[in-house]
Amino acid sequence: MNTDNRYHWPHKDLLDVTQLSAQDTMHLLDVAASFQEINSRPVKKVPTLKGKTVVLFFVENSTRTKTSFDVAGKRLSADTYSLAKSGSSLNKGESLKDTGLTLQAMGPDVIVIRHPSSGAARFLAELLPCGIVNGGDGWHAHPTQALLDCYSLRQAWENRFTGRTLLILGDIAHSRVARSNMHLLTMLGVKVRLCAPRTLLPAGVDHWPVEIYTELDKAVRDVDGVMCLRLQLERQQAGLLPDLAEYSRRFCLGTRQLALAMPDAKVLHPGPMNRGLEISNEIADAPASLVLNQVAAGVATRMAVLYLLATRNDGVRA
Amino acid sequence: MSLLIKNARHLGAPVDLLVRHGKIVTMTPAGHHTYDSREVFDAQGLMLMPSCADAHAHLREPGFEYKEDIASGLEAAARGGFATIMCMANTRPVNDSASVTRAMLDSARKSHPQGPRLCPIAAATVGLKGEEMSPLAELKDAGCVAVSNDGRPLENAELVRRIMEYGADLDLVLIDHCEDPHLAKGWRMHEGVTSGLLGVKGQPAAGEANQAMRDIMLAEYLQIPVHIAHVSAALTVDCIAWGKARGVKVTAETCPHYLLLDETALEGYNTQAKVSPPLRTAADREALRRAVKDGTIDILATDHAPHAAHEKEGTLDDAMCGFTGLDLAVSLTWGLVTEGVLNEADLHRLWSQRPAEIFNLPRNGFAPGDPADFFLFDPAETWVPSPQNLYSKSCNTPFLGKPLQGRVKHHWIGGQQLF
Repeated sequence: MNTDNRYHWPHKDLLDVTQLSAQDTMHLLDVAASFQEINSRPVKKVPTLKGKTVVLFFVENSTRTKTSFDVAGKRLSADTYSLAKSGSSLNKGESLKDTGLTLQAMGPDVIVIRHPSSGAARFLAELLPCGIVNGGDGWHAHPTQALLDCYSLRQAWENRFTGRTLLILGDIAHSRVARSNMHLLTMLGVKVRLCAPRTLLPAGVDHWPVEIYTELDKAVRDVDGVMCLRLQLERQQAGLLPDLAEYSRRFCLGTRQLALAMPDAKVLHPGPMNRGLEISNEIADAPASLVLNQVAAGVATRMAVLYLLATRNDGVRA
Repeated sequence: MSLLIKNARHLGAPVDLLVRHGKIVTMTPAGHHTYDSREVFDAQGLMLMPSCADAHAHLREPGFEYKEDIASGLEAAARGGFATIMCMANTRPVNDSASVTRAMLDSARKSHPQGPRLCPIAAATVGLKGEEMSPLAELKDAGCVAVSNDGRPLENAELVRRIMEYGADLDLVLIDHCEDPHLAKGWRMHEGVTSGLLGVKGQPAAGEANQAMRDIMLAEYLQIPVHIAHVSAALTVDCIAWGKARGVKVTAETCPHYLLLDETALEGYNTQAKVSPPLRTAADREALRRAVKDGTIDILATDHAPHAAHEKEGTLDDAMCGFTGLDLAVSLTWGLVTEGVLNEADLHRLWSQRPAEIFNLPRNGFAPGDPADFFLFDPAETWVPSPQNLYSKSCNTPFLGKPLQGRVKHHWIGGQQLF
């Protein structure tokens, strides 16, 4: 494998992309690229993390992210264990602190946590000596999603981020994916645009290093990529939107809108998609769509994250 | 039975204070007279200040004694320089009947017969549910000094009006916790730049200001006083100034933490900085500083809200709202004097004179015959608040572990030295 053994990975945890330098990010994506190659072999398994333990602690429902981390760990021969809220004592009123201390006592090398509360991963990271990967906390951060999006875009954009423009479209206010991508892409030199109705923009967004649009036709003009966000149906129930048909009319990315972007513009979606609501059926299946690349990139990127955190204190590198 | 405090500093001048039978006899420039006093206390290097009154504290008894009880709360008050504590009604059971008020007063008499004196606040509505008015005359007779639905904002303007009117017959002022329960339901902090980046549900200041404005308009129409609790926002200050300019009998309080901290204290998901109303922007903080200086905001109060350590742990979704304050309030506001925001006389006005005027409490103005409630304060001592040196049962304050300058050293209530 082509991992750079001289690079000292400085982070015990991965809580958000804001902790990463551009150099850290590129190193991580390079490590991910070297693991991507494993994923195309007939025997998709290497012994790199043999004897390491990874706990997947998913307090919030997730299938794809959990599976992605699980596959990533297993391909590196780590032992992975899943703990969901329904099977944990959190349902019996145990505090996050006590669950965390209990997990730590079992000696994991890395805990991946997904939690509905912003800041939950940071709380565990400050409490526990093992590595913590934030698998998504509330509306706050989803660093592995942003990293895998960057991985996909780096391939699609042929290694050039500077000068590119990416539109993030949809429910920004409640999106950890949007926040982490905004931070990471901005750091890499990408101009980020946001487009959403005012009710789905976060407080203080005018202080973010982004351009803000409330009209899709203007927002999409000449961009190099569009990231559509899933609209949670409860936003309509909470009174943030009149009805879903109106949302779709204003903010669904369709063929006509994408035609206003650069000719080779790419489309991303963190999934799961609501076809016809935030992304049209045609666009979801169009060649411009990177959605399935993102899923493959997710496994490679999470392999890199688990590898860098689990081996940080080892004398011997893979 | 007489006591002489000599060589204390008071409003910039050295003074001697003579006390007899629990009352002030006279305060004179230091060394000008010789008194025949049995007991002499040399206060060289210390400042003489009137004891404070806190119009807004949660002492948690009955029902939540694991957070605080009346004995520990009054001890924190005594150590912090407070002689009068008005305690809120959100106990279990709620203080909505004479039997609860009497139980509180009995507890205070047992633990602190010399004071600080406890002045319970009646629940405005039965069970604080915001539905039926509590028996306010019964509560007044039992010893309540004001009325409030604190912590459970009153949505119904008709009910607010009737509580103000009925309370006015009994000289019970409504202390209103102004919050719109529909605006930003489930909030964890102020809505702004910090909440947006943290991905945490925020609450805009407009809800507080809107409810305060409702109260001010009712107070004008009814010609009845109203008191706005723990003002956190510049917008609310403007509403109060508007009301005062029209002659409305509106008074207001803010707390030391709103004068010292802002929303950035929540960065890193600091649950110790979660409070209701939330810490707002630096501009709000500056507006509040001007308002306490110019009197738009009449008084300071602690909103002392003890919680057990485990109740402030976890994420901002898990942690309860509130800070302890009785132990620290005078030291914290002394910091504003050293910063040049307030002066010593402002502290007397904000912590002692105006609370007594608004709520009809005993007060030491150092005039002959005033209750001998005063403390000696060392303006130079630097100390670090820690669980070991705080007297409250809980220590949920964002100021824990941070050096403070100035400390209450000795406290007398009714001429009796507490420490």
